[in-house]
Amino acid sequence: MNGQASALSGGDIDAVRRDMIRFARLQLRDEAAAEDAVQEALLAAMSARRPFAGRAALKTWVFGILKHKIADVVRAQRRLVPVGTPDEDDSLDDAFDALFAANAHWSPESMPRAWPDPDGALEQTQFWRVFEICLSGLPENTARVFMMREFLELETGEICNSQGLSTGHCHVILYRARMALRLCLENRWFDGEKQ
Amino acid sequence: MNCRQATRLLSDALDRPLRAKEKIRLRYHLLLCRGCTRFGRQIRVLRQAGRAYTPGDD
Repeated sequence: MNGQASALSGGDIDAVRRDMIRFARLQLRDEAAAEDAVQEALLAAMSARRPFAGRAALKTWVFGILKHKIADVVRAQRRLVPVGTPDEDDSLDDAFDALFAANAHWSPESMPRAWPDPDGALEQTQFWRVFEICLSGLPENTARVFMMREFLELETGEICNSQGLSTGHCHVILYRARMALRLCLENRWFDGEKQ
Repeated sequence: MNCRQATRLLSDALDRPLRAKEKIRLRYHLLLCRGCTRFGRQIRVLRQAGRAYTPGDD
């Protein structure tokens, strides 16, 4: 373990730090708070004096810490005015209209298909690439709210407060995110498990 | 209940407790609708994936 740990270079740490900063900025939309959260997470990770077997192991560990730091900051955020333009996500609704027939039941071609082995998918590097592509296809606010709910595991009320949104609007945004991600993963991954 | 309403309730169920009436109507719809049953299962996979994900995976 120790031999592998020493293989971690300054470059590895820089690369992880860049990903952390990018993620923290996207979530917090506050430059200084993002820098602080990343700094604290890195310090906490370093002071653990734990050997890391490569960059991926370091990354998993520090993101685990960063997640809690960001969640704490979000909980303390209170916005009265919605973040971003509230209607930018409405564009997704038109795409969903096409999924349903006139009677609002699934149209035959867009009825969800069975997903073979979803647990196995989560073990595959290629799946995460597709997941990332699907996530980055969402409007920014939609992606942020989804990640706050599913990655940071914040309660919906905490998310609404921090984003200046009504509870109802939060639920709509989460619904849109799930609809769009589900469809994207089905088309790009689960449909016949093609690459 | 139609599929559009059912998918919305399935999503809401991950974020808030459903009211008794919503639960009953949803359960009835799911008995008859395979598409929405799959939808419900798949958005729970999304939740699992969201938790397991590390941003900026390369």
